Amino acid sequence: MIQISNLTKKFGSHLSLDNVSCTFDKGESVALMGANGAGKTTLIRSILGYYHPDGGEVLINGLNPIQERTKVLQDISFVPQLPPPIKLSTEELIHYISVSANVEKELIRHYANEMKLDISANANKSFFKLSGGMKQKLLIAISLAKKSNIIIYDEPTANLDPKARDDFYRLLKENENEKILLFVTHRLEEVRELVNRQIYMDLGKVVSDEIF
Amino acid sequence: MKNLYLIAYLDLKESLRAKWFLVYSLVFGGLIALFFIAGVTESQVMGFSGLSRLLLMYIQITIVILPIFILITTVRSISGDRDNHILEYMLSFPISLKQYYWGKIIGRFITVYIPVLFAMVIAVFYGFIKGAEIPWSIFFLYTGLLFSLSSAFLGIAFFISSFVKSSEVALGIAFFIWIFLLAFIDIALISLMMQQRFNEGVIIFIAMINPMELFRVAAISLFDPELTVMGPVAFYILDLMSQTLFVLLAIGYPLLLGLLFATLGFVIFKKKDLV
Ligand SMILES: Nc1ncnc2c1ncn2[C@@H]1O[C@H](COP(=O)(O)OP(=O)(O)OP(=O)(O)O)[C@@H](O)[C@H]1O
Ligand SMILES: [Mg+2]
Repeated sequence: MIQISNLTKKFGSHLSLDNVSCTFDKGESVALMGANGAGKTTLIRSILGYYHPDGGEVLINGLNPIQERTKVLQDISFVPQLPPPIKLSTEELIHYISVSANVEKELIRHYANEMKLDISANANKSFFKLSGGMKQKLLIAISLAKKSNIIIYDEPTANLDPKARDDFYRLLKENENEKILLFVTHRLEEVRELVNRQIYMDLGKVVSDEIF
Repeated sequence: MKNLYLIAYLDLKESLRAKWFLVYSLVFGGLIALFFIAGVTESQVMGFSGLSRLLLMYIQITIVILPIFILITTVRSISGDRDNHILEYMLSFPISLKQYYWGKIIGRFITVYIPVLFAMVIAVFYGFIKGAEIPWSIFFLYTGLLFSLSSAFLGIAFFISSFVKSSEVALGIAFFIWIFLLAFIDIALISLMMQQRFNEGVIIFIAMINPMELFRVAAISLFDPELTVMGPVAFYILDLMSQTLFVLLAIGYPLLLGLLFATLGFVIFKKKDLV
């Protein structure tokens, strides 16, 4: 369970999260929506424990994600909005994840295959030299292989071709049972089948929260 | 432990592929090669010859260029990864900040230390083949000095990289620290000395707080005190304490300084947002 209470985050004088409170329970798949700059990414990063809040707190299964980061992150899969320019080769990156998060390399390969990404052909390539879509496919494969109870996606489909999008939604559908899924998106129709709750943010606040 | 080793190992692998590492290794290897080609080992200057002289020249140059190399290549390591969102992804896995930070330092330390050490080993080995006598005590002293020189500046570089925002500022700070330690302190102290405001003990103490100056003096501390290269500062210090104590100090103090700065850097790293 993710519990966000009175969370406030400022950057300089700019209020990116303004006293946000909400709770996500097991079995909820949430579409997190809102205009550019609404604070979606900031909220997600706060859940991951990246930001020191100016007020309020986040608790994940009762744990603070900053103080108990390794315990909390064991159970979270995350794909960021933009794949970062990691210089490690694909193989090394997979090694990093398999050791640090105890993920089977075979499973990453399996999901990469499902996403039509050939890992062995790119094993020695630097991650940042992969194409935008290939990067996202790999990060998605990793997120699925990690088998976490909380899955957080910050617009992961931006660079995916239509076929890859379908593959992704199919895999996600197979994997979402009994989990918390947070999905930042600008296109509700795409994830309609997948989600059972929709949150709309604006100017750092939750402005609507519907369960369907 | 496993994660610390993992981070260090991957950082090392990444560095070994980087262009700066190639340049870096070539500079120090090339330096040794140049000395041999120039016949430094055969010359007899100021009373000592052969490999000792070569090693002395090597360390004197290294003391000047190693710090700037380390500073420039490392000064953006943490903040760079933060700014381009590498931390955002890499730290979404269950790795503690402690393991990540210190793993990076260990990996980087091996990268900067091995080439300078290796160049020296090659020199000794080549000298041995050519039949020169090997000055083991100097070799081991320099191994230790380079170790603590590397850690001192690596610590400072990681400290800077924990908070600095832009590359330009980071490089600016790096250059400033280097020039400051290399020359400014000396110039200031010389002028103080000439005005005779402080007694020489105080001035020498201030000079020795500067790790670069300490290394300079330590590098020649094993040579015969009768030699002119010693200079008044070294002479004064060796008069004050035993040679062994001074060597321990020259290795221990910068090591501690590096650790201190690295720890400060870690505290800042932990306090700041990761993206
Ligand atoms: N590190 C930062 N420093 C300063 N301001 C920031 C920082 N991160 C976010 N902001 C500001 O916080 C606000 C919210 O940003 P956020 O990234 O959360 O928006 P978003 O809802 O994810 O938007 P988008 O749909 O464009 O991804 C923006 O005004 C942004 O400029
Ligand atoms: Mg965003």
